[in-house]
Amino acid sequence: MTRAVSIDVTRPAAPALPVEKLRADFPILDARVHGRPLVYLDNAATTQKPRIVIDTVRRYYEEINANIHRGIHALSELATQEYEQAREKVRRFLNARSTREIIFTRGTTESINLVASSFGGSRLKHGDEILISGMEHHSNIVPWQLIAEQTGAVLKVVPIDDRGELIMEEFHRLLSSRTTIVAVAHVSNALGTVNPVEEIIRAAHAAGAVVLLDGAQAAAHMPVDVQALNCDFYAFSGHKLYAPTGIGVLYGREALLEAMPPYQGGGDMIKAVSFEKTIYNDLPYKFEAGTPNIAGTIGLGAAIDYVQAVGLPAMGAHELELLAHATARALAVPGLRIIGTARNKASVLSFVLDGIHPHDIGTILDHEGVAIRTGHHCAMPVMTRYGLPATARASFAFYNTRAEVDALIAAIETVREVFRQ
Amino acid sequence: MMDLNDLYREVIVDHNRSPRNFRRIDGATHTADGYNPLCGDRLTLSMKLEDGVIRDVAFEGSGCAISTASASLMTESLKGRTVAEAETLFDKFHRLLTAGGDENDPALGKLAVLAGVRQYPARIKCAILCWHAARAALHGDKSATTE
Ligand SMILES: Cc1ncc(COP(=O)(O)O)c(C=O)c1O
Repeated sequence: MTRAVSIDVTRPAAPALPVEKLRADFPILDARVHGRPLVYLDNAATTQKPRIVIDTVRRYYEEINANIHRGIHALSELATQEYEQAREKVRRFLNARSTREIIFTRGTTESINLVASSFGGSRLKHGDEILISGMEHHSNIVPWQLIAEQTGAVLKVVPIDDRGELIMEEFHRLLSSRTTIVAVAHVSNALGTVNPVEEIIRAAHAAGAVVLLDGAQAAAHMPVDVQALNCDFYAFSGHKLYAPTGIGVLYGREALLEAMPPYQGGGDMIKAVSFEKTIYNDLPYKFEAGTPNIAGTIGLGAAIDYVQAVGLPAMGAHELELLAHATARALAVPGLRIIGTARNKASVLSFVLDGIHPHDIGTILDHEGVAIRTGHHCAMPVMTRYGLPATARASFAFYNTRAEVDALIAAIETVREVFRQ
Repeated sequence: MMDLNDLYREVIVDHNRSPRNFRRIDGATHTADGYNPLCGDRLTLSMKLEDGVIRDVAFEGSGCAISTASASLMTESLKGRTVAEAETLFDKFHRLLTAGGDENDPALGKLAVLAGVRQYPARIKCAILCWHAARAALHGDKSATTE
């Protein structure tokens, strides 16, 4: 096996990350756009991929491509083995008890839809309540609206304050014996807020509700231990964790998954089919109908190996340093306002400039080689809460540098020059 | 290499800062809303027509510099035109941004300053939103989107 990363994993815990060395693992970071070096600060949308992930996907197609769980030939067995090894890697990554609790999906969106449809569809009755928050991504809103409409359940929303923190008194007030499920972001994509999920889970369980955490923005930035958290469902996307697009994970507590009906029907999710009766497969296969994204899954396994070798705590610490530097420099820019100033934040800097629309900021930054996201970030209720049509958002990964943050600030100064402000 | 000044020309920055005809017309004969769901740009266009001639045209709303400047420039260039002339101008402007229309065509007048937008595919909808709204208003539709 080739070593996943170019650093010594035996070094003592938490020295500074060798960022320049690690950047060499990401081929795209050498790219130039509009004749300038790429400064990629759109990591909350998707992260770049290290060579080991790209090579793993290519090697799968060049050397072992075959369908899984259904062939007796050598390649099929090899592909099945690697696919199931990836599941074990995810299990360890999340510290789940069993691989039966790890379901592969297309991403966070599909993971949440699975829970809303299967768990929600079978458990929710008229008048039951689903509790979400005012900072959710559309993918943790719309699936619940759909299932509420079908079941007569009621969607309740915990409001956020001006800093972008959940108003916990409101959470406790809205939580009741009618609450069947609480679904909240572990980290907000639009604001960067890290939510007090331990408190949420404890209180929800005491009220008899189950908890789904949307971990799309958390999994790449902090260690996640589903047993320590004691959450019931945890969803994340591979592509925000240095893995390919089209592969994601749903962790579910085994007893809950056992009791839930299948989400989709098809091949792989059955044991026996006749026209009279179909016997569903065991976990986790019951929830994996059809040929899955095999290459993406194996690529996710490689990404997890990579991340664990670099070390999530060190990655997260470096990102927080970048965020602190970016926040301090941004606050010194006249007319700049940061949207999302929670006391506990991760790697996201959302901002607006007086009198300049975020899309103009985005175009000018792009021209300077700085890639950020502008718009509503699939969180329109957050924009409504702040009375804004959109924000500009820079989001950091461990491979970003202080010099890149400085390039961001210099590009923002260019925006102000163009608009003569 | 693209030059930022091709996009954010002096005239555009100026019209963004002080948009012309930025108001609602009392007793408008034609109105329509324009919405670009991608950007969240929104504008309301109102017009007063007499005998097939656009006597007054104005807009309100919020959007990026390109959409605001484009709407402001549009109101200036539509005032006093017949409906048929407005349609011709719409086509010329549309071609300028999407199909290599000639920015030296004298009929475009000041609108030619928006020619730089065609190098920024993500921004073309911003520049064209107000024109869709104007056409919707003239056709008696209540709203237009860039989708
Ligand atoms: C907080 C959050 N939830 C859910 C999603 C949806 O993830 P995906 O599009 O990978 O399914 C995202 C991604 O943008 C996100 O940031």
